[in-house]
Parts: sequence; structure tokens; C-alpha cells
Amino acid sequence: MSGGGLCWQDVLPGTVTLGASSQSVETGLWRSVRPVLDAGKCVSCLRCWAQCPDASILTGDGGSVLGINMFFCKGCGICAQICPVGAISIRPESDFQGEAVSSGRGVGPLKVGELVG
Amino acid sequence: MRSVAGVNMKNLTSHRNPLVEGHRMCPGCGAPTALRQAFMGIENPVVVVGATGCMEVSTTVYPYSSWRAPFLHVAFENAGAAVSGVEAAYRVMRRRGEFREGIKFVAFGGDGGTYDIGLQSLSGALERGHDFTYICYNNQGYMNTGAQRSSATPRSANATTAPAGRVTPGKLQRAKNLTEIAAAHNIPYVAQTTLHDPADLIGKVKRAVETPGPAFVNILVPCNLFWKIDPADQVKICRLAADSRFWPIYEVANGEYRVSYKPKGQTPVEEFLRAQGRYAHLFKKGSERRDLIEQAQSEVDADWEKLLAR
Repeated sequence: MSGGGLCWQDVLPGTVTLGASSQSVETGLWRSVRPVLDAGKCVSCLRCWAQCPDASILTGDGGSVLGINMFFCKGCGICAQICPVGAISIRPESDFQGEAVSSGRGVGPLKVGELVG
Repeated sequence: MRSVAGVNMKNLTSHRNPLVEGHRMCPGCGAPTALRQAFMGIENPVVVVGATGCMEVSTTVYPYSSWRAPFLHVAFENAGAAVSGVEAAYRVMRRRGEFREGIKFVAFGGDGGTYDIGLQSLSGALERGHDFTYICYNNQGYMNTGAQRSSATPRSANATTAPAGRVTPGKLQRAKNLTEIAAAHNIPYVAQTTLHDPADLIGKVKRAVETPGPAFVNILVPCNLFWKIDPADQVKICRLAADSRFWPIYEVANGEYRVSYKPKGQTPVEEFLRAQGRYAHLFKKGSERRDLIEQAQSEVDADWEKLLAR
């Protein structure tokens, strides 16, 4: 299993308190194209943030857009489509070969018995 | 972004959303966007009840969960009943002083689990007056199992059990109007919206949750796979649905109707239909179905007039 490395066989029966957060699942591996943010153009209007199905728009204090989380981004392209200032462009994933894919929040695989969240 | 009806986007970025990343919904799916926006309207701790559907299966892929809130998965037919029970139990525990106050209850389902299979339990829960909010993410078909028709599928849309072909031009019947059915329960809050404007959706769920008693919010979300649209066009399609009045944006608070978005200009329904592959058979060269396109327009016009008169 991608990302987490936890399979159903690893979890004890009666899983009421067991389980793992999907935040350790790298859905970014699905991507065939990726959004690239031009921070110089971005006005932090947060349209992309509100419309991202995968909560992959990273924001900082005061609601400024910091970047895009490639660990989760599935490359749907909505952000580029709705950006009012053209700050996000879509490029094929093949342009980024050899680059480390993982840029998640470092949640990593959760241990059995740890509560979600 | 604009601050509408007390919705400030910048403040919302520090909101802790109960629905987290890593779910397995399709790239560009409207359902997780709708639910994430919905939860942005809720500051209190929530208990979430999910009927079976895309959203439920893709956020609870064993042993992972995309929920950092108490989450109860129930069958297609009983999300309304289950959330009733949870809310009633909470009320009793509160009375005994066993639980803190301020917990909100949210149930969600797709149109299959809401319009069709779960309608009886939802109707019961609305009638009994439980204090909860029901959110229907409506993609107008049984998309999880392969685009079978539901009672939310609009006329002329291509569905696998109402196929467009030589014999039939897609679904022959109209979609039923569940928002009106919910409003007919005389509950305090009913609303209908889509992903055209996050502030509208967030504001509506905020009002739904803050209203004591039952509330129902019907959110139109595109299914990229079976509406046959480019995932990137999702918001564009939602805007077309709102602008063409195909999906009127309105709310009913304590029986008072309020149209929350009155589109400027006259976007023909044809534009909304033409943008989607599920209506491609209506526009096929040589066998164009002008009659059905015009029928769609006249139905939308009549519905809009009816809504304005309310």
C-alpha cells in the first residue's frame, strides 16, 4: 500500500480505536500533470484553496497562499482553471522526472493503536 | 476573496476541517470540495454520519480514515434515522450532564442515498424535528456503481440504465425536486446551492447548523467521470448550472423564500447541456434533438418563474 505501509492484516480485530489517518496516503502518486504556482503573480485570493478537492493548497498566517502540496495533489487542474490572475500553470509530470515526489507534511505511516487526527 | 454573509475566507484558512487529505475521491471530484466547504461553515465540534456512497467508501478505505471527527457509516437507507438516534442520545446525555454542549450533527449522502434509498428515514428525521443538518451532495446519479439513473438524474441525461441510443434519448423523466420536498416538511431551514461560489455554500451551511432543528442543504456537484467533463472545468460547470438557472441558488428560512443568486443576463440552458458529454447525443450532427433542448429550457424557465413567485 502506498505511503502508509499499513495493510488490513496489520490491524488487530475490533478496530474501534485502531486505524490510520489518510493523511499518510500519497494521493499525489496519481498525478500525470502538476500545477505550478508563480508566487510573484499570486494575490492570495484563496479561490484555489476553497475549491481544491484535496486540500492541497498550503496557506500561512493571515491566509496567504504558500504553495501546493504535491504529496496530495492529484493534478485535477481546477486551481489553474479558476485562478483569476493566471498564477498557476499546468505542466506534465514528465517535466519533473527524478524529482522527489514526497513533500507531505511529514505525517508518515501511523502506528497501530494511534488515534486518527 | 469577498466576505459574504459573515464568511471571511482568510480567517477560514486556520479552520480545522474534519475532512482531511488523502481520501480516494477522483481527481477534481466535486463531492469532497462541497463537504470541505460545508464544514468550513461549522465552528463547533461535529459528529458526522455518512450514508453509503462515493464519499463514504473513498474516505474510509480500511484501515485509513479521512475523518478527524466521530464518524458513523450507515447504510444507504438510514443516515436520517442514524443521525436522529445519535442526536437524541446526545440530548439525553446533555440533560444528565454527561456531555459538553455545543456539538453539531451532520449527516450526508449522495443523491442515491438521499433522493431515493434514504428518503423515508430522512423524511422521518425532518418531521420529528431533530437538531441536525443533512447535506446531499447531488451528482445526479449512482456514480459510485457506474452511472445508473437516480430520481435526481435530469431528463435527457445519458445514464447506463437510461441510455441514450436509437430507442431512447437518455432519461425520459424529470428529476424530482427534493429541495421542495424537504421544504414541504416545514422545517426551519432548507437551501440549495452548488460550487459556483464558496461563500454562498459556506454561508448556507453556517445558517443551517446555527438554526435549531432540522436543516437540509442540497448541493449540486459534478461527477467528472459520468457527466463526461474535464475535471478542471468543474467550477465552470457549476457556474453554468447557476447562471442558466438549471440549478437555482436559493434558501427557505422559516418558510420565507430567498433567491440568493439572481444571474445577470440570460445564459441558455443549452450552454450548460453542451458542456457535458452526458448530453452529447442531443447535439449529434444530423440527429440533433432541438425538441429536447427546448424542452429543457422551457422546464427551467417555468421552474424559475415558480420560484420567484414563492
